[in-house]
Amino acid sequence: MSFINKVSGMQLDILKEIGNIGAGHAATALSVMLDKKVEMNVPDVQVVTFDEMMELAGGAESLAAGIFLRIEGDAPGSMFFMLPIRHAERFIREMIGDSGYSIDSAPPNEIALSALQELGNILSGAYLSSLSDFTNLALYPSVPALSIDMAGAIISFGLIELSQAGDYAIVINTVLNDLDSEDEEIVQGSFFLLPDPESFQTIFKALGVSENG
Amino acid sequence: MAKQAELIKVGIADMKIVKAPDLIRTTGLGSCVGIVLFDRARELAGMAHIMLPDSSLAKTGTLNTAKYADTAVKELTALLLENGARKYSLKAKLAGGAQMFQFSSGSELMRIGPRNVEAVKVQLSVLKIDIVAEDVGGNNGRTIEFNPKTALLQIRTVNNGTTEL
Repeated sequence: MSFINKVSGMQLDILKEIGNIGAGHAATALSVMLDKKVEMNVPDVQVVTFDEMMELAGGAESLAAGIFLRIEGDAPGSMFFMLPIRHAERFIREMIGDSGYSIDSAPPNEIALSALQELGNILSGAYLSSLSDFTNLALYPSVPALSIDMAGAIISFGLIELSQAGDYAIVINTVLNDLDSEDEEIVQGSFFLLPDPESFQTIFKALGVSENG
Repeated sequence: MAKQAELIKVGIADMKIVKAPDLIRTTGLGSCVGIVLFDRARELAGMAHIMLPDSSLAKTGTLNTAKYADTAVKELTALLLENGARKYSLKAKLAGGAQMFQFSSGSELMRIGPRNVEAVKVQLSVLKIDIVAEDVGGNNGRTIEFNPKTALLQIRTVNNGTTEL
């Protein structure tokens, strides 16, 4: 039986802490970058089916911006920073200082897309380096890639590695909220960390927890 | 009174069959491939949402046959034949197999979309089922819906609108 089906409550708590530390650093990085207050929610760790994973990402068909990177090193896995499309647009506006920017504008604004990719790069870099410090594991992120499309089409790519070992994913999900007093609506993005099946043992071992929990 | 048409949803790594007037649909195909096999005259169709090219990639004992190109095509064909389709009149339509992210490193994992498409085609030729229409590759997500009555496959994308095959 695969490990995912017998994960213990204690192990889920450890993974939650990983999400907490990683996203905490990412939130700080975002706050510095935008010179704004950024909040994060308590991370959510779940064992989900692939279809449930799509729902977590906002529904398979919903339009989203996704920044994807592969993690190589001691504990390989996939990572996504996902933003609903309108929220991505607002992040871009703040980053490039153009309040009239629209993501639908044609031809696509290369600087805007590059800024969004850089946002993902900085945030996931902050997330992973804190995770690496915390676990003492060597984690090397790939250059991030950006896709603006249906959330399901984006996320399913990160499930390929996992899908070879089973039909479930353990997802560590943390939401960042960009708080701005002038806006009623909060801008938010989610981190999804999807360790490869073999990586869980490495992570737990690095933190001194036996795999049998 | 005519039966109310239902929309049957096929999840990721899932397969189902449908009879007119019902419709069948799967959402958010990226590197995955959506395959439709149908018997036009019997108004019967099956759809699978395939994630991986080959069941030899499976690392665990229990095999979800809908997940792999080789097993899904075989299984879907068998399922249709059991439900009254005739082998000689089965046709196929394909969509998906995109490359969602552009990476400089051309690892095998990154090419998963094209590999899925190739694997499905190999399996269809083994079973001698013709592909009558396809919309594969590219770098965009697709949602597909098939109507067994008209044998039309509707493909919805974010940037290129909706087309019918």
